[in-house]
Amino acid sequence: MSLRSPLGRVRGLGSAKSGTEHFWMQRVTAVALIPLTLWFVYSVIALAGEDHATATAWLQAPTTAVLMIVMIAATFHHMQLGLQVVIEDYVHGEGVKIASLMVMKGASLLLAVAAAFAVLKVAFGG
Amino acid sequence: MSNGDRPLSPHLQIYAWQWTMALSILHRASGVGLAVGTVIMVWWLMALANGASAFDVVQTVIAHWFGKLCLLGWTWALFYHLCNGIRHLVWDTGRGFELDTARNSGYLVFAASVVFTVLAWIAGYSAMGGM
Repeated sequence: MSLRSPLGRVRGLGSAKSGTEHFWMQRVTAVALIPLTLWFVYSVIALAGEDHATATAWLQAPTTAVLMIVMIAATFHHMQLGLQVVIEDYVHGEGVKIASLMVMKGASLLLAVAAAFAVLKVAFGG
Repeated sequence: MSNGDRPLSPHLQIYAWQWTMALSILHRASGVGLAVGTVIMVWWLMALANGASAFDVVQTVIAHWFGKLCLLGWTWALFYHLCNGIRHLVWDTGRGFELDTARNSGYLVFAASVVFTVLAWIAGYSAMGGM
């Protein structure tokens, strides 16, 4: 016998009120980040010690710019999902927890937008 | 019913440290470390967009011994989180939970993270002309 209402069961959201979305997106971004991260590390190694002109030329290549934007989106989405769990695990006061989550999510978004904007500015020749 | 001062699970104080639990918390620690590291990545990209003089400042900071030490730490954190993340993805399929398998995959992941870090830095120095 289930104590859950038929509506609650069909929504399948559970006690976290968000279903499996968090779990699943953590995995999807993780899988995406395996090749993206390896490519990024390879690129950074190739750029080691290089000057501004060389790094700019690298980022202006369309393939680089597109992969960077995708890498940035996957990285910061994965990051804020992970940090959310860390905060939920260790911050017990409800008010402090919500405030911490807001600050963390806001900072993640800010970093993601800044990174993507920088890529686009360089890519479009700024 | 009063729960008083009963210990909360998992009551870490009385656990003898094991390899697998050390690696487990290291996955989280490396993830948090990498989150801090993204600030440097964003700074690097913003400097690249801001022009040559801003970019030179970032390159100078990274080239300092402390900058390199941080970068070395982030390199290892990245490879550890990547390798152990793949271990987690395998676990998600329901495989690899036998005690010796889990321990051995832990050894493998840790060794791989160190090897990849060393290889990446050798590649980086040879890209810079073998300094």
